[in-house]
Amino acid sequence: MIVASLFFYLFAGTCVASGFMVIAARNPVHSVLFLILAFVSSAGLFVLMGAEFLAMILIVVYVGAVAVLFLFVVMMLDVDFAELRQGFLSYLPIGIIIGIVFLVELLLVVAVWAIGTHVPGAIAAPIPPLEAMSNTEALGRVLYTRYIYYFQAAGVILLVAMIGAIVLTLHHKPRVRRQNAADQIARTPRTAIEIRQVRPGQGI
Amino acid sequence: MQIGLGHYLAVGAILFTLGTLGIFINRKNIIVILMSIELILLSVNINLVAFSTHLGDLVGQVYALIVLTVAAAEAAIGLAVLVAYYRNRGSIAVEDVSLMKG
Repeated sequence: MIVASLFFYLFAGTCVASGFMVIAARNPVHSVLFLILAFVSSAGLFVLMGAEFLAMILIVVYVGAVAVLFLFVVMMLDVDFAELRQGFLSYLPIGIIIGIVFLVELLLVVAVWAIGTHVPGAIAAPIPPLEAMSNTEALGRVLYTRYIYYFQAAGVILLVAMIGAIVLTLHHKPRVRRQNAADQIARTPRTAIEIRQVRPGQGI
Repeated sequence: MQIGLGHYLAVGAILFTLGTLGIFINRKNIIVILMSIELILLSVNINLVAFSTHLGDLVGQVYALIVLTVAAAEAAIGLAVLVAYYRNRGSIAVEDVSLMKG
């Protein structure tokens, strides 16, 4: 049990420290890399909580897709980030005040809160014991049966997001000549070549 | 010392606070604002999974999966809007977005 506690403090400390560095780093590329570290360490927290499927999804989706997308955009846009950091110090006091108020409120809620007595009787899908079924299988059995419509809705959301992102960023420059496959296939020898009789000593 | 629900909720609360603080102090840099939103959604996911394992209810993890999907879609759309805006104006300063207010 002491090992589990040690790993919890390791992952939680890394997660909080890298979350702080995300908002405090000077260079946005460093921010993205610290964001990746925060995601990886919270995936470790998920494993400690017994949600290993979500932990792997977090690594695949966030580190593999979202964080790389952020990194790509940060590197693609040629922005003067030093200019964007002006006013950092002027916003800092009110930000810290609001952050402290937020944190105190949240921690007070955590400290005095208790689970109601009717909650254990209202569990919708109990987690099966680990000997009977792995977390992935249990999640799949719930997700693909009772919550199939939510699953489909998530798929529709991703489809709409994909189409929206493509529509927003795709644009054709008018001067760029593009390949037209239909024209290429429709070419025949009659339209493509021309035969001329050239007499000796004369040009065309 | 036994690690309980309260420890995970504290981590989630601290991450949520860091996210809101990041939105406040990086008012000009919209990329860092988007990253702060990702941090906030991550803290929400930590809370959902913590309650799910503490109560023994699998639905919390299903909900966390949906939140993850929405977060990924939001990041993609937000970055696409950012790229389109940068292409039009040549900068990503947040104050200039209110230009159309007249």
